[in-house]
Amino acid sequence: MPTIEEILLTDAQQDRLAQIRAAAESAVEKPATHGPDIDLDALGDVAAHDRVARLASLEKQMREVATDVGMDTSEEGRSGSYFQVDRTPIYEKVAAAFGDAIEIMSTAEALARYPEEMLERWWWRSVAPDKDKYTALVALKQTEGYFIRVKAGRKVEKPIQACLFISESDVSQNVHNIIVVEDGAEANVITGCTIHPKVKGGLHAGISEFYIGADAKLTFTMIHNWAEEFDVRPRTAIDIGEGGTYINNYVMLRPVRSIQAFPVARCRGDRSRAVFNSIVYGLADSHIDLGSETLLEGSGSRSEAVARTVSRDRSTVYSRGRLIGRTNECKAHLDCRGIVLSDDSVQWAIPDLASEGAPGAELSHEAAISPIAEEEVYYLMSRGVPRDEAVSMITRGFLDLEIPGLPPALRRRIDEAIAATAEEGM
Amino acid sequence: MHEDTAPLLSIEGLHVSIGGREVLRGIDLTIHAGETHVLLGPNGSGKTTLLNTLVGLPGYDVTAGTVAFRGNNLLALGVDERARAGIGVAFQRPPAVRGVKLRQVMEVAAGGAIDPERVAAIAEEVDVVPMLERDVNLGFSGGEAKRSEMAQLLAQEPELALFDEPESGVDLDNIAVVGSAISHLLKGERASERPRAGLIITHTGHILQFVNADIGHVLFDGQLACEGNPLDLIDDIVSHGYEKCVECALCRR
Ligand SMILES: Nc1ncnc2c1ncn2[C@@H]1O[C@H](COP(=O)(O)OP(=O)(O)OP(=O)(O)O)[C@@H](O)[C@H]1O
Ligand SMILES: [Mg+2]
Repeated sequence: MPTIEEILLTDAQQDRLAQIRAAAESAVEKPATHGPDIDLDALGDVAAHDRVARLASLEKQMREVATDVGMDTSEEGRSGSYFQVDRTPIYEKVAAAFGDAIEIMSTAEALARYPEEMLERWWWRSVAPDKDKYTALVALKQTEGYFIRVKAGRKVEKPIQACLFISESDVSQNVHNIIVVEDGAEANVITGCTIHPKVKGGLHAGISEFYIGADAKLTFTMIHNWAEEFDVRPRTAIDIGEGGTYINNYVMLRPVRSIQAFPVARCRGDRSRAVFNSIVYGLADSHIDLGSETLLEGSGSRSEAVARTVSRDRSTVYSRGRLIGRTNECKAHLDCRGIVLSDDSVQWAIPDLASEGAPGAELSHEAAISPIAEEEVYYLMSRGVPRDEAVSMITRGFLDLEIPGLPPALRRRIDEAIAATAEEGM
Repeated sequence: MHEDTAPLLSIEGLHVSIGGREVLRGIDLTIHAGETHVLLGPNGSGKTTLLNTLVGLPGYDVTAGTVAFRGNNLLALGVDERARAGIGVAFQRPPAVRGVKLRQVMEVAAGGAIDPERVAAIAEEVDVVPMLERDVNLGFSGGEAKRSEMAQLLAQEPELALFDEPESGVDLDNIAVVGSAISHLLKGERASERPRAGLIITHTGHILQFVNADIGHVLFDGQLACEGNPLDLIDDIVSHGYEKCVECALCRR
């Protein structure tokens, strides 16, 4: 496959790439606004791997951890798959029945095939390469990432899956993902990011730019499983056209050293809608700084962000939410609730609302951090449930958000993971 | 009928304080298997306090007296242990538990495993089918909450069931539903079952149209002031009020 440098580009396109590079170079030392700073020099390059003929032929351990982040390695329940190990897209496939509806390839390949569309419309058009040192890292040392396009008017109910897998310690995977859901199309993408069980430390830096066309809909579910010495820095932006809908579901129930992400959804089109649901369990020494921002620009745009966080051990969790109303006809709500289960854990709930020249914008939030209500614990105990089980039932119930678009098997898996995590701590 | 059998519940000289204020001042009460008792008393007299003390909820300080359940010291047991030992309660105002479904609470009340058909049958009986998959008590109407409490007790099948105003706020049709369920629970489905006992708090006695109660008690001034036929006691209270009723020498202990 040709590298970006080898593709024949017009002068204007070459200029655009040079601009991106220059912007990134100016930001290589720029720390992020939030989250602990990471020493990027300490990280090595990710390795290349052989391709596989199908996901079922992946080694067993890899299959298991991929399954834990929502992958169906039989592929039966999926309309398409993308699987990347370290730097190599080892597998891309669109199920035959969806051959003319979906495109799946690496972003490098998409650049080679569609340089004009990519450079003009999508590639670094929503996330700025000079945002911070992590965007700069991906811009300058990109290691692939997926490109998924769903063609206009095609409603693909069966989920598309993408797995970003890291197999070695102390390397950084720097992916750039693009999803395009064309006008009137619908898609359900499940992305699982995880590591081989032997991996201890390392970095996953990921740029994701999603483009939702007019009256299109993307349900995007991301499941993260990391490790106690691992750092994660996603940078995500979503552009939503007229009448478009974006639903983001995020689940993280295992320890991480640090994760900091703050996806920004731009409800650009009239009547566009962005929904964020997240379920986060802070464990061990995890430093978790997550949230979302919605820019309400289109008339009649709507947004809702619901976050449930439980923290335990010595974890620190920031749950942020920001709504910015820029049109008179918009309405949005934030709902972040947290339960703190240990004396050594720290939680912040930080809701932020702004109306920028939009006196008619209706923005609201409810944020709460509270212990588990003793009255509820005793209520369950009065039915014969021991205290620790009552606490775990209530914790589980607290995290049991209604998440749209999940295949039942995945919902069950998430429920099991929540139950296991809730019970482990008791 | 029970002179030679050991009592199921035996309360002697029970004093209970809430936040340092004495609410119960020397309660004596004995309940045998198979008996249904009714507890009457004015608002704030301590009826709920007595039930919650038996359940073991925090905040109810037993300052004197003993409570034996099947001959064992009940007060030494935790709330969950008491439930597993055979004490069940339908609360006056149960709390909502977000994310925990009524069905789940029925399952745990039954000891963890319960035949789904049995859940369905109970749900039919007390008309909670549409609430099974809802968060327990969250947004339940007054009557729905009472029926949900009944469903949980039917799943638990406790030996001693405590009902805190099971009919208050319940419409006439549903009083029949709740009353029949209480009767059903206390009398048992099969003759082979050990008879259960019940203690029912009521203000109106409407529920007694559906439940055969054996003995009534009036809680007044922190003590059980009198006992007698429950329907007669209610008639007296209706015609003369609590003050006069407890002065009446007939049923004075
Ligand atoms: N948590 C509490 N803190 C302070 N006082 C309390 C508390 N719980 C109960 N009490 C007081 O104890 C007394 C007895 O209350 P209890 O609820 O047992 O009455 P009750 O007989 O059940 O009344 P009702 O018929 O109104 O339900 C009342 O004066 C009440 O205010
Ligand atoms: Mg009461």
